[in-house]
Amino acid sequence: MSSKQSWTGKVRGATLEKFEPEDLLPDHQPAYVASWIYVFGVSTLAALIMLIASGLYLTLEGPAWWHTSNVGHYVNSVHLWSVELFFVFMVVHLWGKFWMAAWRGRRLATWVTGCLAFFASIITGFTGYIIQTNFDSQWIATQAKDGFNAMGIGAFFNTLNTGQAILLHVSLLPLALGAIVLWHVILVRRKGVVPPIEEGGE
Amino acid sequence: MTRKLSTVDPSKKWSGPVREYDLIKELVIAVVVVGLLALSLAALFSSPDQKALTMQSWSKEAPADFVQTAAGELAGTTTSASYGPPYNHNGDNQNIGPVNLAKLAGVRIPIVPADSFVIEPLKLQTSDSTQAAIATWSAASETQRSDWANAYADALTKDGKALTLADPTGKFGPTPTLVTALYGMATSGALDGALTTSDSTLPTNFTKPLLFLADSGTYFPDKAGAEHLGGDQWGVMNETGSWPGQSWLWLYSFWYQIEPFKSSGNADILVMSLMGLLSLGLILLPLLPIIPRIPYWIPVHRLIWRNWYRKSAEKV
Repeated sequence: MSSKQSWTGKVRGATLEKFEPEDLLPDHQPAYVASWIYVFGVSTLAALIMLIASGLYLTLEGPAWWHTSNVGHYVNSVHLWSVELFFVFMVVHLWGKFWMAAWRGRRLATWVTGCLAFFASIITGFTGYIIQTNFDSQWIATQAKDGFNAMGIGAFFNTLNTGQAILLHVSLLPLALGAIVLWHVILVRRKGVVPPIEEGGE
Repeated sequence: MTRKLSTVDPSKKWSGPVREYDLIKELVIAVVVVGLLALSLAALFSSPDQKALTMQSWSKEAPADFVQTAAGELAGTTTSASYGPPYNHNGDNQNIGPVNLAKLAGVRIPIVPADSFVIEPLKLQTSDSTQAAIATWSAASETQRSDWANAYADALTKDGKALTLADPTGKFGPTPTLVTALYGMATSGALDGALTTSDSTLPTNFTKPLLFLADSGTYFPDKAGAEHLGGDQWGVMNETGSWPGQSWLWLYSFWYQIEPFKSSGNADILVMSLMGLLSLGLILLPLLPIIPRIPYWIPVHRLIWRNWYRKSAEKV
């Protein structure tokens, strides 16, 4: 039996063998990849790295630490401002891709995964806001419950259950977001950066 | 004359001119710059942390509102008492057309406000009068309980300031004793513990105290209003103080400001459904009619790739 027919061989064929090393870690790009708009994609990733780093620090110390420690409050502030930067960069990146019609050339999946990352970020951010364990989180949780309850989601995801929200925020949701972002980046590398729109063309 | 890039097929690997690029260096520089920006913003502007409200703070800062709400829980007139799924069967929750998703999901977080917020916590009290009042309440019919509690809740609301009222004719039954005892528990801080530890001695679930607090007539909403967090203040996307909040929820918040959502009893399910549809539209935007053509009609791409277009024109 050839290795191509084994499960491992099939997975290798569907993943690693699809890529040239230069595609994954390029040291050259098409000449048209020269615009400030490209900064926002990598800036979004950088803000995500800051988010994960500050979030992990908060996770190590526990959900109430930042209320009583100056260091904790500062780390929480870094987390908050990383979130704000992350969304600003991501929204500019998204608008940029819209005006570039970046779905051209069989890049639909790249667009779809980018949008999924945007919505996964909103849900992850929302769970972050309701686990602040302060007045803001109390108000957001009690107001948001009505939307989730009306949709039937509240029976399974209870915004008032802080423990559930904490676990979602630090485990399932970042894992899901991380996987979507990774998939998105791999697609960008696999398909390459979309070329400029031709005059009057596609 | 601008060169027509008619030979460029966006689905094919690029075979035209390239430039030097260093992916790892770019990522490292981005992390350093964005990291410094986040660290600086945090140092300069910090982050908000307005202390959480408690049953104790509520009962001390707005005692009349607390006792009126407690009486309302016994009377079954609060929002929680008539909410419906997922908490109880006392209401229908919201519909979209003939569909009621909350009912389909069912009652999975059972809350009976009179019992969950008032009677069960009071069972932890040792006072003979409180236990006698609980026994009288428990032995009475539902109609009798409702009559007692509604009469008392109405009287408290009418008075507006009273924390307890005399009952010479006995029309309030054990309600004043129950409400006064709960008020005492709240001011001592014992009610906070009782509501959070009823299901587990190590509290992680704040459903009961938050639902009770959300039934508050003035205390909770007034605090939120003062921080511009109210629904009619675009509160969904705001944060306490002057800090930026979840501004990316602006469109979600927008629908609540306009008709027909603003005054609809089904506003939440309508807005959530609409946002779900719009989100799906964004995900599948390239497959929609008209919208994917907009970047061709409004040539922002000429600005984005201006260097490329200029160089292409120079070569021709």
